[in-house]
Amino acid sequence: MDLLRILGIRIGYGLLLLLAVLILNFCLISVAPGDIADTIAGDMGGADAEIIEEIRVRYGLDQPFYVQLWRYMAGVVQFDLGYSYFYNTPVTELVLERLPATLLLVFSAQFLAIVIGTVLGVLAAKNPRGVLNAVVTFLALFGFAAPVFWTGILLIILFVSIFPVFPVGGMQNVTVEGGFFVKALDIAYHLVLPMVTLASIYLALYSRLARASMQEVLGADYVRTARAKGVPERLVLYKHALKNAVGPVITVAGLQFASVISGAVVVETVFSWPGLGTLALQSILARDTPTIMGILFFSALVVIIFNILTDIALRLVDPRIKAG
Amino acid sequence: MTDVTPEKARDASADLPSAKVTHPAREMLGMFFSNINAVVGLILLLAILAFTFIGPYLHTTDPFEMVWAPFAAPGEEGFLFGTDYLGRDILSAMMAGGQVSMAIGLSAAIISLVIGVTVGAFAGYYGGWVEEALMRFTEFFQVLPTLLFSMVIVALFGASLFTVTMAIGVVSWTAVARVTRSEFLRIREMEYVAAARSGSARDGYLIFRVILPNAMPPIIVQANLMVGSAILFEAALSFLGLSDPNVMSWGQVIGSNRPYILDAGFAVAIPGIAIFLTVLAISLIGDGLNDALNPKLRQR
Repeated sequence: MDLLRILGIRIGYGLLLLLAVLILNFCLISVAPGDIADTIAGDMGGADAEIIEEIRVRYGLDQPFYVQLWRYMAGVVQFDLGYSYFYNTPVTELVLERLPATLLLVFSAQFLAIVIGTVLGVLAAKNPRGVLNAVVTFLALFGFAAPVFWTGILLIILFVSIFPVFPVGGMQNVTVEGGFFVKALDIAYHLVLPMVTLASIYLALYSRLARASMQEVLGADYVRTARAKGVPERLVLYKHALKNAVGPVITVAGLQFASVISGAVVVETVFSWPGLGTLALQSILARDTPTIMGILFFSALVVIIFNILTDIALRLVDPRIKAG
Repeated sequence: MTDVTPEKARDASADLPSAKVTHPAREMLGMFFSNINAVVGLILLLAILAFTFIGPYLHTTDPFEMVWAPFAAPGEEGFLFGTDYLGRDILSAMMAGGQVSMAIGLSAAIISLVIGVTVGAFAGYYGGWVEEALMRFTEFFQVLPTLLFSMVIVALFGASLFTVTMAIGVVSWTAVARVTRSEFLRIREMEYVAAARSGSARDGYLIFRVILPNAMPPIIVQANLMVGSAILFEAALSFLGLSDPNVMSWGQVIGSNRPYILDAGFAVAIPGIAIFLTVLAISLIGDGLNDALNPKLRQR
């Protein structure tokens, strides 16, 4: 019951944040020099003032700012984010078509980073003088310092050019025929390099975090008690200690969601992965403002949803977290 | 890059209260220089700075001039790092690009430091509805994917050095704000703050002269990391083609040579290594600063 109340507050607050995102984006775009009409006229190779004025009327740009904002928000409530003149498609349709690819990339990378990072962190904490501890330290430095697009390009050079194991980019091979399973396998095959690239940044962070919190937990009294009463070391590590050490990793992973989406933009560009990131870059270069706003809106929506889910998950895992 | 030199760090620690008799600045410097990683980082950074800022006087080839056939391999025809897709000297590009990357990294970090410290200081000092409002504001910036947001800013307001720097600085201050706020929350309860307050010191004096100097150590560490991540940020933007086309930066060299990676990987690998080494040096220094500025660790 308490959880439901918190959920309600979180959702209400999330909606307010979304509203703020919408208004900020709208202000930003109306402050910026030039508008859609200028861009369309530019794409047409120039147009006279009369035609530009006509385009303005058609897109409602002749209305005062608050009318435009109101129309836009009224549309958003009905899941209508406007119309992309560049793609000639409604923005909602465009974004929803690309969203699954980005979510797939983001989730698999996060999952990989969390699992491997936690395992590495635990093993490193168990054995502070071991090789793995040095590996975690190295990974932590590398993951922070290496630009993600560069890691991706190096992986392409290594696994596409030198050892041709993986495809250079894209998400599917259109010539592959077969049922659902074959197609899924093909996507997984294309996913490997982008996923590893994106995971490399966060692997560093999570392994360091897991190591730190594991070290702390291993010094706690209840771990000593468990050892003293003769619980096998493996159980102590993976049942008693890990359960408590994984909390910080989940918390941080949830908070990283906005940053992972930023990373995905770059990784998608490197591997021409057909997700929101490539769409964002294309529409930014084309100055397709309705699409840009739609993408910002959806990415904020995704981030808010995952912040709420992380919060709920943490509360379920750790009953000590109180409401508030 | 001046804010990572030991002199600057020493200034900050000179304000630290210390119960010990040893001069705290000397003690801190000792801590910093006994950390082998930090020393390696400092030497590496100084070497990179010398390369980018003194190098152009020794190696005077114009980075924009086509001097040879495209994609001469490194070492060929006297081109240490080879030539790029237009036959321009990559060594010169690394020097010129490094100046831009570091200048943007440093100024973007300063912008976000100013915003972050201001927001965090006021939130932590005043508490109540001020804190609530400011932290909601911070949260708002954490919900938007920073890179996406700054891409939009650069696209809307034009890709000049100024807008790129602003776009990076304006989106990346949230971590600084959080660190500053939590330090302020801790320090404002201290006795010396109460003492200053009972001496009827004004809010501005308490915030900037009493609390802020004592809150500096974690902020310095954070600021140092900010320079590193701003350099990475700038590299990502120019890699995506969202940077001033008339200015050369490391990320831009990678972005413009990217279509040819399978033929001439070195043109992409070399600027990547430059970014990697710079950010690595900065984060090694950051770890060293963290240990040296943290009084808890010092007493061990």
